[in-house]
Amino acid sequence: MSPRVTYRDAMREALREALQRDPRVFLMGEDVGMYGGSYAVSKGLLAEFGPERIRDTPLSELGFVGAGIGAALGGMRPIVEIMTVNFSLLALDQLVNTAASLRHMSGGQFHVPLVVRMATGAGRQLAAQHSHSLEGWYAHVPGLRVLAPATVEDARDMLWPALQEEDPVIIFEHALLYNVEGPLEPGAGADIRHARIRRPGRDLTVVTFGGMLNPVLGATEELARAGIEAEVIDLRVLRPLDDATICASVRRTHRVLIVDEEWRSGSLAAEISARIMEQAFFELDAPVQRLCGAEVPVPYARHLEEAALPRTPAIVEAARRLVGVAGAAP
Amino acid sequence: MIEVKLPSLGADMDEGTLLEWRVHPGDEVSKGDILAVVDTTKAALDVECWHSGKVFDLLVEPGRTMKVGTPMLRLLEPGENAASIPPARVPAAPAPPPAVTAPPAAARRPVSPAARRRADELKVSLDSIQGTGPDGAVTLKDVEAAAQARPGRDRAADMRRLIAAAMSRSKREIPHYYQTDDVPLAAATEWLRTTNLGRPITERILLAALFIRAVAEAARRHPDMNGFYVADEFRPSAPVHVGMAIALRGGGLIAPAIHSAEQKSVTEIMRDLSDLVARTRAGKLRRDELADPTITLTSLGDESVRAVHGVIYAPQVALVGIGQVRERAWVSNGAVVAMPVVTITLAADHRVSDGHAGARFLADIGERLQHPEKL
Amino acid sequence: MDERQLRSDLIGLLQRVAPEVDPGELDAAEPLRRQVDLDSIDFLNFLISINRQFKVSIPESDYEKLRSLDDIVSYLLKAMPAPSGGSGKASTSAV
Repeated sequence: MSPRVTYRDAMREALREALQRDPRVFLMGEDVGMYGGSYAVSKGLLAEFGPERIRDTPLSELGFVGAGIGAALGGMRPIVEIMTVNFSLLALDQLVNTAASLRHMSGGQFHVPLVVRMATGAGRQLAAQHSHSLEGWYAHVPGLRVLAPATVEDARDMLWPALQEEDPVIIFEHALLYNVEGPLEPGAGADIRHARIRRPGRDLTVVTFGGMLNPVLGATEELARAGIEAEVIDLRVLRPLDDATICASVRRTHRVLIVDEEWRSGSLAAEISARIMEQAFFELDAPVQRLCGAEVPVPYARHLEEAALPRTPAIVEAARRLVGVAGAAP
Repeated sequence: MIEVKLPSLGADMDEGTLLEWRVHPGDEVSKGDILAVVDTTKAALDVECWHSGKVFDLLVEPGRTMKVGTPMLRLLEPGENAASIPPARVPAAPAPPPAVTAPPAAARRPVSPAARRRADELKVSLDSIQGTGPDGAVTLKDVEAAAQARPGRDRAADMRRLIAAAMSRSKREIPHYYQTDDVPLAAATEWLRTTNLGRPITERILLAALFIRAVAEAARRHPDMNGFYVADEFRPSAPVHVGMAIALRGGGLIAPAIHSAEQKSVTEIMRDLSDLVARTRAGKLRRDELADPTITLTSLGDESVRAVHGVIYAPQVALVGIGQVRERAWVSNGAVVAMPVVTITLAADHRVSDGHAGARFLADIGERLQHPEKL
Repeated sequence: MDERQLRSDLIGLLQRVAPEVDPGELDAAEPLRRQVDLDSIDFLNFLISINRQFKVSIPESDYEKLRSLDDIVSYLLKAMPAPSGGSGKASTSAV
């Protein structure tokens, strides 16, 4: 029986292992040291590894991400934690204009082996400046690899391969996942190239990632009771997208629902839908459907926040509609 | 008379939209006055006056988009007489851009791309299909159901495929051996003639019933001809379910079973046969009739073939073929006589029986046909 | 009995056994069994239906005389009671 641990503990375990294995690895960010991280991911690491390797930074995303880039160029393997994706916008210049571009602009002479971790997503009543899902913005940028671990295992296993990349990797950790428990087998190392099928099914494919995986899996239980077998694809890697896994599933089920907490316009859901049109149009038995976050700044009030997010009942309803009258057993 | 034209208000301006006039006909204007406000791609800009005079008339309406250089208004120069002014060459308003009306879209039924492709593959017409998908769209499932329900040609094609698969498997897996014998039928035909003489047409017996009965009786005594070869071993069957190969009108054939033919009289077998043929043609066979024959009889006696060398229907192990009954020259008791004769063949599975056993089985059938009254 | 009516009734019976038969293609003077691919059981069923509809018994020894549609028509016209008798399916169906 494998032990059950939280996503937070798994992530801390991954950090600890990386710090132990490679002396070039260090962690820096706001409150990662003394405070133990705003989501308590790095709790205890300062005592274990000391202030040289667990570094608190000033409140300046632009500054400390830039410092991370410099360290990476200088031969280190920095892990930079940004408190939320909203705050990462302050560091967009460093991430897009520098980290993602330097290899290209130097004709391949300079690589930036930087890992940036950040929390994303809503559901904790942290309002519009701490709750957005902007994964798609980063997935838009050539030169970045973008990961979204959605399970406890991926939380532990994706960090180390990310640190082995020669180019910058962004890891999105959905804030609602930190307390989720799951089984954890001894680390085998995860690939950071492919999507995974979390549940096989024949009637439709639900493509999702990150914080939406658990609501989707909950919905599939309910759908199964109604006789609808949904296949669930956890993207895991948001850039580059694993088109092959998605399209192979479409060839089996012929129907696709994309569940994405981001705003619908210009979202990853939009990109995936377009790729399915391009690569698997003639496999489709119904229009691709998207279920996304409401296009509002995420509200503070709990009921409004909940109403703005894709939740299990809405997923069930969207899947039923997609399968159609004939497919949905009453 | 001075014609004021739309000036270029920036290097990249080639047209502008008149937002409002700041002057009216009859107004006195002088150099530097604002005549109008024009919207350009960048901003709303003032059109300044470069002359002095009196506004005679306005040539464009607010809202009009015009090219740079289009006359906008006319001024009377000081001392100029309005009466001398020719009517304005009102720049013809550009023909309104032809309304971009796509030809009215023919009402198109929603058909999913996958369904459309599948319909093409299955040669199913989409027109006849009722859609059950979202918004009544025709889906894969609808197309496949329609293809299933389609009568005629494709059922025949399905059957062709089934026969192809079964016969290929048989020829691949079963080491057939073949035997042939000629059987005189004087006794059998005479017996039938006298028996049928006393019977109404609905109870008359055909020769086929005698053949079935003779094969069933012989198979009961030669168990290595009757049963199934499954998983590398032969499983003989106690009852003899004779599969009767029945050609379907329009192609293909089915060999449904006459059950326990070894326990039935010729009359019973005839009744079963009529019933079976009628139901086969109507497509109303029961599943077990199709699945469980233990030996098959194929009779091509109605065609003009002398003998038929059959392909065993796996997992069965023997097939008896009956040719056409013909009058032939036959030696009987040292004399040549005219005799109704049939050629009976056996195809048997060499994994289960050998030629000697086959010969005895075939001889037994022939012998039984000499004593139809005992059948 | 009206011969044209009889022919059309016979074709109707034939189509029950062999539904694809096209009356326009049928040569009434040619042997029936080869033309429409009737085996012995089909043929027997056809004769049984004739027996039922026209109440004419056909001994087995006469089967050989019934090769073409014309043969069957003339056989039945001889065997059936005169129309004035008013008996038989054919007359009733003409009412």
